[in-house]
Amino acid sequence: MTAPVTATVSRGRRTVLAAGVPAVLLAAAALFPLVFSSPLATTYGFDALIFVAAASAWNIFSGYSGYLSLGHAVFFGSGVYAVAIGARDWHLTGDAVFGLLPLAAAVAAVIAVPLGLVALRVRRHTFVVVTIAFFFIFQLMAFNFSFTGGTSGIDAPILNWSAATYNDPFYYLALVIAAAAVALSWLIRRSRFGLHLRAIRDDEDRARGLGVHAMRVKLAALVISALITGLAGGLWYYFIAAAHPQSAFDPLFDLSLALMGFFGGLGTVFGPALGALILEPAQQWLTVQFTNDYLSEILLGVLFLLVILFLPRGVLPTLGEWADRWRARSRGRPEAPADGAAVQPDRQPEGTAS
Amino acid sequence: MTAELRTEGIGKAFGGVQALDDCALTAAAGSITGLIGPNGSGKTTLFNIVTGYERPDAGEVYLAGQRITGASAQRVFGLGLARTFQLTRIFPRLTLLENMLVAAGGHAAGRRRAHELLEFTGIDGYAGALAGTLSYGQRKLLELATVLAAEPAVVLLDEPAGGVNPTLIQHLADRIRDLNAQGTTFLIVEHNMEFVMGLCHQVTVLDHGTVVAAGPPASIARDPRVLDAYLGTVPDTGLEDVGEPGDR
Repeated sequence: MTAPVTATVSRGRRTVLAAGVPAVLLAAAALFPLVFSSPLATTYGFDALIFVAAASAWNIFSGYSGYLSLGHAVFFGSGVYAVAIGARDWHLTGDAVFGLLPLAAAVAAVIAVPLGLVALRVRRHTFVVVTIAFFFIFQLMAFNFSFTGGTSGIDAPILNWSAATYNDPFYYLALVIAAAAVALSWLIRRSRFGLHLRAIRDDEDRARGLGVHAMRVKLAALVISALITGLAGGLWYYFIAAAHPQSAFDPLFDLSLALMGFFGGLGTVFGPALGALILEPAQQWLTVQFTNDYLSEILLGVLFLLVILFLPRGVLPTLGEWADRWRARSRGRPEAPADGAAVQPDRQPEGTAS
Repeated sequence: MTAELRTEGIGKAFGGVQALDDCALTAAAGSITGLIGPNGSGKTTLFNIVTGYERPDAGEVYLAGQRITGASAQRVFGLGLARTFQLTRIFPRLTLLENMLVAAGGHAAGRRRAHELLEFTGIDGYAGALAGTLSYGQRKLLELATVLAAEPAVVLLDEPAGGVNPTLIQHLADRIRDLNAQGTTFLIVEHNMEFVMGLCHQVTVLDHGTVVAAGPPASIARDPRVLDAYLGTVPDTGLEDVGEPGDR
């Protein structure tokens, strides 16, 4: 736990950092396709941004509320199939297909309501298991219904864009969605809604006893999270140009989001985005380097273990702690434990606490 | 703001164990009422039922004459009935101020109230610290402060003095008296008899899920049924207090 003294030391500088770093990153991201214009680079960039959006969306629900979802591929895949079926059945072609993106978001959000009403009745491990079950139900439905095209899936309408710049519109659309997801996450983190989510994470029953409408709050977070994830899925579909049950509803997608969240810092605003920016390109690169698919996954697993062992709270919170400690030391401040500065009248032994 | 809290004929069984049986209790408006009884007598279960964490099998709960039986925990809180827990419950990864704002509301008046209450309980020096860094006694104070944030008419305290040092117990009792003087009704479960007898206007004794005695502290202390319940002509059943919601 961070001691109170260090927690309050650097608020001013942190605000500057919190505003400056994202602005610089956003500018860098906007310039990226101009500097690295090869389709390979922009593909990497696009995939990373899709995961920035999805991991941030996942974090808005799972990171803030503490309800770990391993079923977000349900929303991603629903977004994929919503636009795929829409484009097919309404015979949309060319750029017009992008008009369907709001449909991807809406369908995922609508699906989140009944799922949430069922799954959010249980907590912790049980909740995780229920989300996994939902995931497999949706994958099975995609495999077996005729309107989803079954195993052969649905091909996307062809876009007559030049191959050299084909990726660029996708990249910028993904950037907009990713930036919006992070911004929304930041807004929620600062809001009363976000406070209620974090109170639920710490102690849901206590939160209810203090007037928090827990079900409403959790469900709203899930719907917002699903909406962004579905939107990302819809865009991804046009990029990949095909919807298949095993790629639209991919169990690795679920695991990746959780991994990115834990890696960067669960429940922090920028942690999951950072996790996505590092892990998604790393995974792509490893897959290309070692054509053996499993080797790259084993390496990622090793990386994850290292993170759990050495940075169990994620990169961002740990870095923040190091910075605080370093700053405290350079100012010659003692690292006062909470008890040290105790105000009157209470001096209970720490041992009795939690 | 003040209000009366009343239960009528509350019954609750867990499996084959009858935790509460025809339990009728009144905390008069503006009073400090103590609720005592041996472990397993049903005190915490009664709190859970009154505050919407459990549903009774039988009976009714009235707050200021209004029936609130079976209302959800958040609704009960909204109606002006707040509680603390036997095992102190705060939000460890929120700051003290954030803990307060969960209940106080985000508006300016809520913030002001939050700061006032931190000051009132004497832990305002930590407003920006994570609540998880507090000592046990400070957590008790924080929990009390959060409960007061929405200016409830009735406050239920579950063992506020348990595991707390004597100086702090005095501090707590003073705060409770201050609030009571402004009209807040208190219902307090406590094993510390000195605390109960010194603070409460009325004491209700619970044994095996039923009220066996009620009256002013002085007469309760002499009541043979109370001595019976505590010192035990009845053999110990070995039953502990039922847990609080979320423990399972």
